[in-house]
Amino acid sequence: MTDIPLEQPQAEPAARWRLPWGALIGVATIAALVGLWALATVLGWASPVFLPSPARVWAALGRAATDGYANATLWAHMGASLWRVFTALFFTLLVGIPAGLLIATSRIGRGILDPLVEFIRPLPPLAYLPLIIIWFGIGEPSKVLVIAIAMLAPIVISTASGVRAATESQIRAARAFGATRGQMITEVMLPAALPSILTGIRIALGAGWTTLVAAELVAATRGLGYMIQSAAQFLVTDMVIAGILVISALATISELALRLVERRFLPWIGRA
Amino acid sequence: MPSLRLSQVSLHYGPAALPVLQNVTLNLDRGEFVSVIGRSGSGKTSLLNLAAGFVAPSAGRVEIDGNPVTGPGPERAVVFQDDALFPWRRVIDNVALPLKLAGIPRAERLERARHWLAEVGLADQGGKFVWQLSGGQRQRVGIARALTARPRFLLMDEPLGALDAMTRDQMHELLLKLWQESHAGALLITHSVEEAAFLSTSVVVLAPEPGRIVHVEELDFGRRFLAGEDPRALKSEPAFIAARERLLAAIHEKEPAR
Repeated sequence: MTDIPLEQPQAEPAARWRLPWGALIGVATIAALVGLWALATVLGWASPVFLPSPARVWAALGRAATDGYANATLWAHMGASLWRVFTALFFTLLVGIPAGLLIATSRIGRGILDPLVEFIRPLPPLAYLPLIIIWFGIGEPSKVLVIAIAMLAPIVISTASGVRAATESQIRAARAFGATRGQMITEVMLPAALPSILTGIRIALGAGWTTLVAAELVAATRGLGYMIQSAAQFLVTDMVIAGILVISALATISELALRLVERRFLPWIGRA
Repeated sequence: MPSLRLSQVSLHYGPAALPVLQNVTLNLDRGEFVSVIGRSGSGKTSLLNLAAGFVAPSAGRVEIDGNPVTGPGPERAVVFQDDALFPWRRVIDNVALPLKLAGIPRAERLERARHWLAEVGLADQGGKFVWQLSGGQRQRVGIARALTARPRFLLMDEPLGALDAMTRDQMHELLLKLWQESHAGALLITHSVEEAAFLSTSVVVLAPEPGRIVHVEELDFGRRFLAGEDPRALKSEPAFIAARERLLAAIHEKEPAR
């Protein structure tokens, strides 16, 4: 077959380094906000009880990290919260991906699960928290469950819609090559759905962090949400803001990590 | 001689609508290269879908060696118009997929996939992802994937439709060589009369509304190319031009529907 001249493969687009304007503008925006915040405290626009200076928040962070606040160090609070959010994510994926596949592939599955997901989706965590506590007590499982419920809908919906990314001819090709129903799911539908599932995970993590404080409202002794509420009860505003910033930082880090995973392991996203 | 046979096949999607295909009889033996041409709406792709087992006929029979076809099967490989490759798998893993689905161990399926990648001239592209290839290369990956499972019939649905003229000419010669080496029966759906006339041992012309066979032309230009004749000389022969004209006339004939 070497006598057949081959057309040249498409040249890879050259990776040229450019100034990361997006990132620079982002950093500048944050710097401007912190500057405004500092200015407001220096000029006394707001009482320090309501708006402590950036320096005091920074000091509160340091205090929490070394001496601890509300019975534990910042690290212990962070660990507890991270554990809850990611345990919830783990179980949500375990339940949500198969549920999404069922909705996408079976009329009966869609009939049963679609209304359930639509029922759960708009519920505010604070509304079902009391019921969860009545049913499952005040222990750790209840906290994880509250977060998991908030995460469920994004995972199920993103899986179900992701499966539809597999084209008709891709499904026919797999059928023609003798794929069983199981192979159709593992070799075609799940891979096709992965980009969408990853987006679902990003949305779910956002919902998870949002729900964290609600989950740690009752009978928690560790956790960032608990730390914030303890501080709020004594009007320790700098610690409240410190806690908020830590949650925001953790959420940002997990978002960036997911984007890295996407670029590293799913390089085919957005390309046919 | 194993053969894929459509006997008196009709297909319609509803009692009120005109049949997509009506009383179509077509035989594909191993070692044959049958092309199907016709205007849009003449049921070309439906014919392939019937042969592949993607749809069942409303009337008539689809059989392989006398056994009724009830669905897709590994002895019939399909090459799709939009290549239908899997972007999450590397080129070599796309080619090896039919073997993976058949449960063949990894080492063996990679070896066989490498062989067919080399046959389509992409020996060194196996590690790439699909989107890093050109359109012509992608179709060659699709053809290699179809041949990996050693099918007895190769069903192609306008696989070259999206390619430029020069790439098409290269692909014609490649297709003929692969057809010869694989000993498969080839069924090609195409819009190109020239392509059909050059490649086929038999060209079937379909007319629309209802889709039916109006002309069959037996040809040997592909075989003569494989015997060593120059493709450009073949395509400028009076016999080739006459065959092409007959096919074009059959396509454009205004025949009243029965």
